[in-house]
Amino acid sequence: MTFAVEVRNLVKSYNGITAVNGVNFKVKEGEIFGFLGPNGAGKTTTVRILTGIIKPDSGEIRVLGYDIEKEPIKAKEHLGVVPETSNTYVDLSARQNILLMAGLYGVSKKDAGERADELLRKFNLYKRRDDKVKGFSKGMKQRLILAMALIHDPQLLFLDEPTSGLDVQSSYLIREMLLKLLDEGKTIFLTTHNLEEANKLCGRVAIISHGKIAAIDTPDNLKKMIKKLNLVELTFEKPVPLEELYKLDEIHNVEIKGDKFYLNTDDVNNLMLALTEYVSLKNNKIISFNTLEPTLEEVFLDVTKEVSSDD
Amino acid sequence: MTNVHLEQLKRSLVIMKKDVLIYYLKGPVIIFGILIPLFLFLAFLSGSKNLPIDFLVAGLIGMTMLFTATSVSPVITPWESQMNTLERLMSCPISISTLILGDMLASVIFGTLISLVPVLIGFILGVSIFHPIILVLGIILASLCFSALGLLLATPPTNVPSNVMMVSSLVKFPLVFISGIFIPLENMPFWGKVIASFSPLTYFMDITRYSLQNSSYYHIILDFGVMIIFTIILYSLAVFLHKRTLQMRI
Repeated sequence: MTFAVEVRNLVKSYNGITAVNGVNFKVKEGEIFGFLGPNGAGKTTTVRILTGIIKPDSGEIRVLGYDIEKEPIKAKEHLGVVPETSNTYVDLSARQNILLMAGLYGVSKKDAGERADELLRKFNLYKRRDDKVKGFSKGMKQRLILAMALIHDPQLLFLDEPTSGLDVQSSYLIREMLLKLLDEGKTIFLTTHNLEEANKLCGRVAIISHGKIAAIDTPDNLKKMIKKLNLVELTFEKPVPLEELYKLDEIHNVEIKGDKFYLNTDDVNNLMLALTEYVSLKNNKIISFNTLEPTLEEVFLDVTKEVSSDD
Repeated sequence: MTNVHLEQLKRSLVIMKKDVLIYYLKGPVIIFGILIPLFLFLAFLSGSKNLPIDFLVAGLIGMTMLFTATSVSPVITPWESQMNTLERLMSCPISISTLILGDMLASVIFGTLISLVPVLIGFILGVSIFHPIILVLGIILASLCFSALGLLLATPPTNVPSNVMMVSSLVKFPLVFISGIFIPLENMPFWGKVIASFSPLTYFMDITRYSLQNSSYYHIILDFGVMIIFTIILYSLAVFLHKRTLQMRI
């Protein structure tokens, strides 16, 4: 298997504070790799090191086969970067901003013009192409920043919080574009706070907390990881006293929210049989029965809590 | 020159174009680039009516060059950092020397073009140019040298342009007084000449006086040689220090 990014024992400190502490991971070619973590966990520092913006204290990083410390320019030629705090040149037009990037990535003038127009169309900015960016909304600016990152048709994209604080339309457009890029075989390294976004887009997700990787796997496997007990949501036709449910051996815990009961069990099948017997005895009925999976948010909170308590 | 170097040079020109469009082609920048040295010159003129006009015009060219070539270049990096565009530039496949060279070339164009204004004033006042080619070469070399100085002044890792402007003024104004603009080198005491020899502006003033008055304190070859050495040292030092401080701005 070929890896677009390989990180071994990455360490970076600022003024005695360790921002990234022995991070290891690999990003496969042609996947969207999500990089999640709370504020100050070391996400942006990691992205800045991987994109050659800052140097690590120690560790080995290979990006598209290049050692980012020894051959930063060769590696950067093939990267598209949307930094977290990135901005456009507001005194230039949208097209001028894209062409500036084209020049800095060595794209020929002819190709740059054609590709700039194509990207402006894709990101719904073509009508405003000659307007100064000063008057653009945040969503338009962010779409432009992504277009700037794509001008040289990079193999690998680093996106640091690309949809943070954007309107629904812009977020949707960017997410759709990322999926199209994935279909074209690009690799995408996505840093996000939006767990739903990571769940929908990412093939694999790494969760970083306190400068360490707390978990790394597919979103589904991560959810299974904390699925120590199954959660069942059900409603009854008639009211059920809580103490009666606790008498059933299969139930570990019960919570009531509105008319819904949330039961924790380690055997859904036996719980179902026990409940069927119980309702027929009590002349009651089960109206709905759903088994619930933990959300990525719960996984996130669980693993970041574990790392935090380890410290 | 290898392909890699040629490609980096092309990207320096892209940075240069960006700087010209964003930072230099602004009315206030151009007007202040001309007005500040002009006011200094008029203040000087009103107090020294017995000095020959060609001496004064040479001084005006020197001051204009120093003030224009170091006017914008020191604040570009703090500005870019403050506007969150620096990180984007640093993620591009360009070396720090490419970035600095681009900033320097923009400043060279600005310094060279604005310095033609006092040359025109000289024409209007009837000053004749004995060595026009030497003057043009001197202006280009001086704009390179003072632009490199401006970029060196941009190296403290602050993102507040006014801090850099303050440091920049602390360096520029003393240079004006020690470089033979107001007092010819030959009239300076020995210690004054020693101090003046450490200023690149001294050698540019000598070149302009040679061009306008047909006489110089040092040999003209020495003036050019020392200015080239100053340019190389200032540029190398600016690149070296930017490599150390640029990451601190992010």
